[in-house]
Amino acid sequence: MLDIKNLNVSVEDKQILRDLSLKVGSGEVHAIMGPNGSGKSTIAHTLAGNPNYEIISGDVNFNEKDLLEMDPSERSLSGLFLAFQYPIELPGVTNASYLKQIVNVHRKHRGENPIEAGDFLKLLKEKSSILNIPMDMHSRFVNAGFSGGEKKKNEVLQLDLLNPNLVIMDETDSGLDVDALKSTSEAVNQLRSSNRSFIIITHYLRLLEYIEPDFVHVFQDGSIVESGDKSLANRIDKEGYA
Amino acid sequence: MNKVNKDNFKQIKYKYGFVTDIESEKIPKGLNEDVVKLISKKKEEPEWMLEWRLKAFERLQHMNPPKWVKAKFDDIDFQDLYYYASPKNFKEKPKSLDEVDPKLLETYEKLGIPLKEQKVLAGVAVDAVFDSVSVATTFKDKLDEIGVIFCPISEAIKKYPELVKKYLGSVIPITDHYYATLNSAVFSDGSFVYIPKGVRCPMELSTYFRINASETGQFERTLIIADEDSYVSYLEGCTAPMRDENQLHAANVELIALKNAEIKYSTVQNWYPGDENGVGGIYNFVTKRGLCKGDNSKISWTQVETGSAITWKYPSCILKGDNSRGEFYSVAITNNFQQADTGTKMIHLGKNTKSRIISKGISAGKSSNTYRGLVNFHRKAKNAKNFTQCDSLLVGDKCSAHTIPLTENSSNDSSIEHEATTSKISDDQLFYVMQRGMTAEDAQGLIVNGFCKEVLQKLPMEFAVEAQKLVNISLEGSIG
Repeated sequence: MLDIKNLNVSVEDKQILRDLSLKVGSGEVHAIMGPNGSGKSTIAHTLAGNPNYEIISGDVNFNEKDLLEMDPSERSLSGLFLAFQYPIELPGVTNASYLKQIVNVHRKHRGENPIEAGDFLKLLKEKSSILNIPMDMHSRFVNAGFSGGEKKKNEVLQLDLLNPNLVIMDETDSGLDVDALKSTSEAVNQLRSSNRSFIIITHYLRLLEYIEPDFVHVFQDGSIVESGDKSLANRIDKEGYA
Repeated sequence: MNKVNKDNFKQIKYKYGFVTDIESEKIPKGLNEDVVKLISKKKEEPEWMLEWRLKAFERLQHMNPPKWVKAKFDDIDFQDLYYYASPKNFKEKPKSLDEVDPKLLETYEKLGIPLKEQKVLAGVAVDAVFDSVSVATTFKDKLDEIGVIFCPISEAIKKYPELVKKYLGSVIPITDHYYATLNSAVFSDGSFVYIPKGVRCPMELSTYFRINASETGQFERTLIIADEDSYVSYLEGCTAPMRDENQLHAANVELIALKNAEIKYSTVQNWYPGDENGVGGIYNFVTKRGLCKGDNSKISWTQVETGSAITWKYPSCILKGDNSRGEFYSVAITNNFQQADTGTKMIHLGKNTKSRIISKGISAGKSSNTYRGLVNFHRKAKNAKNFTQCDSLLVGDKCSAHTIPLTENSSNDSSIEHEATTSKISDDQLFYVMQRGMTAEDAQGLIVNGFCKEVLQKLPMEFAVEAQKLVNISLEGSIG
């Protein structure tokens, strides 16, 4: 479903990705591990279409489409979801209204009518309870003043509401305490399915203890240097990246 | 879309820019005593009104236009303007809508203000002012029944001279400042509202101002009096054709709230803003002032300012009655080369008076947006309170926002709270929302509407949704 071929990307004229290639099949969970500052997030932002990341060369095929030709909203509507490492604050915009609007944008794209207010509230309650999100969080402004844990949970909530088929999680475990990590991982595990793939970007092993990956890739110097199964993650945890 | 938010400008879609092809009758260009007399004659005014105008005109000879506004423009040649224009053969305001020129009805229909009874907005009475004359007023009979007077001011001068004499110029005297005094000398039409004692006006009253004729200034005058224990909500809207000349709009609006009365005055200002190169557009130099004359009275200004090449206005409250309250809620949006210098004055004279100022300025393109405000506590204003919040939002990096809040305090037990923020719509915010499926423009609209929601919610319900759309349209093209 996702095929990255020889991708070269620069940020502010500095090349970060060098000939990165990766294939992700339907329903697979891939973990990308790498040292801090190695540019792991660049993969996430490039796939999501952040305009600050400049494609030098390479191809990305997503569900038989040229991903790099699409703008960020088209990528989202085609089923790509990025859980941000640093979710962005939207002062003045209440979380509930924001969530409803993004749900409706996707419904519209599928040719469905906007969701009824009552139905949305029901849906929101149901999805929030899975993540232990209190409903009063939704009357606050999007991510503004949220704790690190609240922000990350809000990302997973959006993931759950939008039903994507490719999820990129950028350091979702950072800033989470053990309890939050557990409930977030459980929610993610429930979202695993044969037609939903995950790319999990992380520095630590601990997230992968909760969300078990099918493949583990070691990312270094802008490219994948080693791939394997879960045992690779355990080895890196013991021996480090060097 | 590869880059967002990179100062890429395209033409703003100004959908009200059409010209109505109707012959207009203008009096000769120029500003002199004869012109003042001619306007008064056209309006068939009583002698006292002409004298009042001439007094203002005399005063004007000793005044100069103020220069302190934070906006750049060439001096206005006041002799090169038409001061009165009306549709040709428009002798008297038609008695019924059947007699109104179909072209005029069509104009208002196109503007989204249907005047025909079967189509009118439920719950909103409209006075339609076209250049210098009022062409139609809806729901008149219904308002008559409860004693509410809602008519063109030219009609009020003839029919209710005692009320007009008593209150006209009582809040904005003919000696005030150049543009206000100019208005007193040459004002053409506008609305007059009187709400009798104890009456809660059951419908929104609304005036729709349209400038159509070229090289013509519009000098409307509005006077609203809310008698004791009454309530009224009033809304004005304004548009003009797209022209490459600058047209002057210098209105005076006076509000008087007597004991326990409340006036809510809302403006959705969408005068032609000029094109993307800053050519043309309206100079909106308006004086709006409300007097909370009686105890426990309240005046609330809400304005959504999206149009005009230059907006220069400070809807103000004089809080004379004890326990009276003044409010100012404002959204001012500037794009391309628009310039806005707007805010309010809250003059606290009475005891326990309270005022609240919420100003939201949004600048995009190469525009300049200034909040200027004055909070004044007189020494007798015991226990007076003010809360001011000024927020600025920048879109792109070629625009500017300025905040100039002034405080003058002669009372020793009053309190002032002031909060101000400046923020920018960031590429990160747009990217985040677009990653959830919204287009760049919708993402921007979401953020902007979140920013000014607090003010838009103050508008009468029928107009809040329209205003929200207008906010988005005004910023179209500000992201590439």
